[in-house]
Amino acid sequence: MSKNVSIRYALDWTTVFYYVVLVLMGWISIYGASYNFDQASIFDFSQRAGKQFIWILSAFAIGGILLLIDSKLYNIFAYFIYVGAILLLIVTIFVAHDIKGSRSWLMIGPISFQPAELAKMATALGLAKFMSAYNYKLKTWKDLIPLGLIIFAPFILIILQNETGTALVYVAFLLMLYREGMKGIVLLIGSFTILLFVIIIKLSIVTLQVDQGTLGMVLGMGIILLVQIGYAIFICRNQKEAIILLLGTILVGVAAYILNIWFYVNYNYVSIFTVVASCIYWIFIELFHRYKKYWFLVLFSICSVLFCFSADYLFEKVLEPHQQVRIKVLLNMEDAPLGAGYNVNQSKIAIGSGGFWGKGFLNGTQTKLKYVPEQDTDFIFCTVGEEHGFWGSTLVLFVFWLLLMRILRIAERQREAFSRIYAYCVASILFFHLMINVGMVLGIMPVIGIPLPFFSYGGSSLWGFTILLFILLRLDAARLERMR
Amino acid sequence: MINDTLQNRRYVIAVIISAVIVLYVLRLFTIQIIESKYKEGADSNAFLKKTQFPPRGLIYDRKHTLMVYNKPAYDIALIMREIHDLDTVAFCKALSIDKSYFINRIAEIKDHHRNPGYSSYTPQLFMTQLGIEDIATIQQSMYKYPGFYIQNRTLREYAFPSAAHVLGSIGEVSQKKIDNDDYYNQGDYAGRDGIEFTYEEQLRGEKGVEILLRDAKGRIKGKYENGKEDIAPKAGLNLTLTLDAQLQILAEKLFSGKVGSVVAIEPATGEILAMVSNPSFNPSILVGRQRSENYMQLVNDPTKPLMNRATQAQYSPGSSFKPLQALVLQQMDGINESTMFACNGPESSPIKCTHHHGSPVSLLSAIEQSCNPYFWNAFRVTIEKDGYGEKNAIFRKNYSEWVDRIKSFGLGSKFTDGDIYEQSRGNIPSEKYYNRVYQSVTGWRAITIRSNSIGQGEVLVTPLQLANVMSAIANEGYYITPHLNKCDSMLKKIHQCKVDKKYFPIVYEGMSRVFEYGTARASKIEGLDMCGKTGTADNSHGKPHSIFVGFAPRVNPKIAIAVVVENAGFGSEYAAPIFSLLVEQYLQGKIKRVELEDRVTKIVTNYNVQER
Repeated sequence: MSKNVSIRYALDWTTVFYYVVLVLMGWISIYGASYNFDQASIFDFSQRAGKQFIWILSAFAIGGILLLIDSKLYNIFAYFIYVGAILLLIVTIFVAHDIKGSRSWLMIGPISFQPAELAKMATALGLAKFMSAYNYKLKTWKDLIPLGLIIFAPFILIILQNETGTALVYVAFLLMLYREGMKGIVLLIGSFTILLFVIIIKLSIVTLQVDQGTLGMVLGMGIILLVQIGYAIFICRNQKEAIILLLGTILVGVAAYILNIWFYVNYNYVSIFTVVASCIYWIFIELFHRYKKYWFLVLFSICSVLFCFSADYLFEKVLEPHQQVRIKVLLNMEDAPLGAGYNVNQSKIAIGSGGFWGKGFLNGTQTKLKYVPEQDTDFIFCTVGEEHGFWGSTLVLFVFWLLLMRILRIAERQREAFSRIYAYCVASILFFHLMINVGMVLGIMPVIGIPLPFFSYGGSSLWGFTILLFILLRLDAARLERMR
Repeated sequence: MINDTLQNRRYVIAVIISAVIVLYVLRLFTIQIIESKYKEGADSNAFLKKTQFPPRGLIYDRKHTLMVYNKPAYDIALIMREIHDLDTVAFCKALSIDKSYFINRIAEIKDHHRNPGYSSYTPQLFMTQLGIEDIATIQQSMYKYPGFYIQNRTLREYAFPSAAHVLGSIGEVSQKKIDNDDYYNQGDYAGRDGIEFTYEEQLRGEKGVEILLRDAKGRIKGKYENGKEDIAPKAGLNLTLTLDAQLQILAEKLFSGKVGSVVAIEPATGEILAMVSNPSFNPSILVGRQRSENYMQLVNDPTKPLMNRATQAQYSPGSSFKPLQALVLQQMDGINESTMFACNGPESSPIKCTHHHGSPVSLLSAIEQSCNPYFWNAFRVTIEKDGYGEKNAIFRKNYSEWVDRIKSFGLGSKFTDGDIYEQSRGNIPSEKYYNRVYQSVTGWRAITIRSNSIGQGEVLVTPLQLANVMSAIANEGYYITPHLNKCDSMLKKIHQCKVDKKYFPIVYEGMSRVFEYGTARASKIEGLDMCGKTGTADNSHGKPHSIFVGFAPRVNPKIAIAVVVENAGFGSEYAAPIFSLLVEQYLQGKIKRVELEDRVTKIVTNYNVQER
C-alpha cells in the first residue's frame, strides 16, 4: 500500500493547482453570468454561484477520497466500473424524465445527475484495462472488435438518451489510440473526410454556369486528384506518373470547357469521369509494374467519390434538421441571427464586445442582460470573454494548455501501460471538450452542447471531470510506490 | 511493452493540442480586438441608442418676423433582427398601408445597393415624416410590434407661402453626404437648396442620444444609468435673413401671371431685401410625405418653377447695361460728358436707334433716351482709341481693359464669398473667347463685337448681378457681396469697382432723367428722385424681355433693384411699374397707387404660369 511514500509527497501538486485555478475561475464566471442586480452574495445558495460552491466543495471532497483509495483497485475494478456505468446508462434511458428532449438526467432526491458524465471515466478505465493486457496489439481483429465495442456501447446508449453532443466525445479516444499505435493515416483520412464534407455541403449550392454542375463536386474531385498526385510524388516517388495525371486532368478540363461551347457539358460528370479514369490508370500501372502501392490509392479514391456522392444524402437524411441548421450556420450558409444562429451570434457579440481588457467583473452587459443563452453552462466562456476581455480568455486557454501538457507529461512518465492509456484518455477527453466548447462559442465549431471542463455550471460535469482527473493523479502518485 | 517509436507520437499530440489553442487565441484576437462589428452589435443589443433630433433653427426676416418654424413629425424605425412574431396585417392596418407596400419597403431596406448602410443591428427608417394623425392608431399598440420604434422629428412650417427659392427645402441626405459627413445617418434630413443648404450646419443643431437598456427580448428596461449618459439634443441656431418679408410678398404678388424675377439690394450693406423668381410655389408643398410627389410635378412643369431665375437665369441686359457702359467708357477716356455722336434714329448703322430724339446726342441724353448709336460709337472710339496696332495688340489690350472694368462690378462670374448656393456665372466675353471664335487674334474688331456696346449678344447677366451693378453704381463704385444672412461678418466683403467716383454724377443725372423725360416717365413717384434705366432685351424665345434696373432715392440710396419680366415687351411697360411699386413699398411703407398695383398684378404675360 502507500508504504513509505506519503500521498502528499507523491501527488502531482502542479496539476492540482491548475485544477483549482480553473475551478475557481469557473466559479467566478458563473457568478458573473448568473448575476442579478438584486443579488448580492456569491454564497447565496439559492443562486447558481452559491450552488456551484457546494458542487465545488463536494468535488474537492470526492477528489480527496479518490486519492486515498489504493491505486491498484482502479486497475482491478476497471471492468466492474465500466459495466456498472453501462448499466446505469441503460437504466437512465428508461427512468429519466424528458428534459427538452433529453433523457439523460437521473433524479435522486433534490439532486439531478447525469450518468453520461461518469461514463466517460468508466470507458477510459475500461479501455485502459483492455489495452494494457499482456500481448495486446492494435492490429488483429481479435483485439480491435472488443475495443470498438468498449467505445461504441456507451456511445450508442448516450445517443439513445438524445445527448448526441456528449456521445461525440467518444471520438476523442482516437487521439489516445493514435498514441497507442493506431496508424496515423486514420487521423489524416478523418481530417480529409471532414474537409470533403465541408466542401460538398458548402459549395454544392454554388452552381457552375447556371446548371452545369456544382463547384462543390468539382472541387471535391479536384482535391482527390491532388491527393493522388501528391501520393504519387511523395509516397511512391513516381514523378512521371504524377505529371501524366496532371496533364491528363488539365486536358480533360480544357476539352470540357471547349466542348461546352457547342454542347451541354455537366462538369460534375466530367470531374467524376476524370477521377475514375485516373483510378483505371493507377490499376494499369499496378498491373504492369507491380508497385503494390497503388491499390490503396484506388481504394481511397473510390471511397472518396462515393463519400462525395453521399455527403448530401448523409447531411439531409441522417442529420436532424436542427443539426443541419447548426452546420449551415457555422458554414455561413444561413443567416439567421434570431433563429438557429442566435446563440453563436450572441456569444460572438458578447466576447467581441469585451475588447482587450474586458468590461470588468460583473460589468458585462451582454451576459447581464441575458442575451447569451446557456450562459453559465455551455456558453460560460462568453462571460470570461466579455468581462475579462482578450487577456482573460487567453489566460484561461493558457491554463488549459498548461494542464493538458502536464497530463501528457504525466502520461509519458508512467511505467504501466494502464496508467499511460488512462492518462491519454483523460487528455483526449479534456482536449475534445475544450476544442468543441470554445470553438462553438467562437463560432468555428458547430453548436454541440457539451460543457467546458471545470468551468460550466453543473454538479455532474464538475464531479465527472474531477473524478476523471483525480483517478489519474492517484495512478500517477502510485508510480513511485512501484519503484521500490 | 512500451513501444519506443510510438513514444514520439506524444509530440504530434502536443502539437495538435497547441495548434488548436493558438488558433483559438488568434480567433479571440480577431473578434475581440480587430473586428468592430461585434462591439456595435453589443451596443445595439443591450442599449437602444435612440437618436434625439434637435429642432432646426428658426428663420426670421430683417424685421424679426418669423418666416420658418417647426412642427412635430414622426418616423417609424425598425431594427430588423428584433422583429419577431409580427402580425403584418394588423401592423399594416394600424399604419393604413397595404401589405405590398410593407413588403416592398422591407425589401428596399434590406437591399444593400439601395441602402448600403444596412445592418440588421441598427435602426433603419421604415416610414418617415408622419403626422400625428398618421401614427395616432399605432402609437398605443406599438408594444405589439417588437423591433419597431417611433422617433420624433420636426418638419418645416412656413409663415408665408413665399420665398420658396430663397429658403430652399429639406430632403433626405444622399449617400455621398453620409460618407462625407459623420453627422448624418441613413434617412437623416438636411437642407437641399437655398438658405437651408447654405446654412445647414448652423440650422441643424446637434443630435442627442437617449440610451435605454433592453433585455434579450428587446423590451425596454429603463434608462441606462438613469439617463446620466444621455446627450440632450441642441437646437439649431436661428437665422435672421436680410429679406423684408413684406417687400418679398409684394414682389411675388406683382409677378403673378408673369415669368421673371426681381432682386432688391440695400446698396450700403449688400443685403438682399427681396429675391423673387416666378413661377414659384408654396414652400410647404415640399415638406413631409407629399414632398416627392410635388417635387416631381415641379420638375415636370415646363415653366421650370424649381429654377431660381433671380440667380440662375441669364439674360442679355440690353439697355439696362448702358449706365455701367457709360461709366466704364468714361473711365477709359473714350468719352467725356461733352462727347457728342450723331443719331439717325431707325436709319442708324450698324445699330438702329429705337427711340426718336434729336441729333447729335450727348452722353446725358443718350442715357435718358437709351440711344443705341451713341453707345455703339462711344464703345467703338473707346476700344479703338489707340488704334489697332500690330496684330490688333493695342485694340485687344483696350478691349481686355474694358472687360476687366466691367467685371469689377460683379459681372461674368459667381459671387463666391456670398451665401447663395444656386448661381449662374453670366458672361462677359473675354479676348480669348473672341480669339477662339474668330480663330485668330486679328479676326475680330470693334465692329465685330458691336452688340457688346448695347448689352446684347454674348453679354449675359443674372438678375442678381444686375441688381448688384445698380447697388455698386448707387455706392459710387463699390459693392458688398449680396447676401441673405443678416450678420456683421458679411458686411466686410467689400469689392472696389474700377471706375472713379467723378464719373458717376452724370450717370445719376441721366438715370434720374429717365423718370423725368425718358423711357420711364410713367413710373415716376411724386416727390421722390429716383435713378433707373429700362431695358428691352431681344431674345430668341419670342417677345423681348422687359427689364428695369435702378435705385432710389438718388441721394443716399436705400434700395437698388433689378426687374426682369420674360418675354413681356418694353422695359418701360412691365418692369418699370414693378420697380416703382417696390420702391414705394420699401421707402414709404405702403402703396398709395392701389390702381397701379392692381393693374400690374393682373397683367398676365405667360398663361402657363400656375399658382402653387
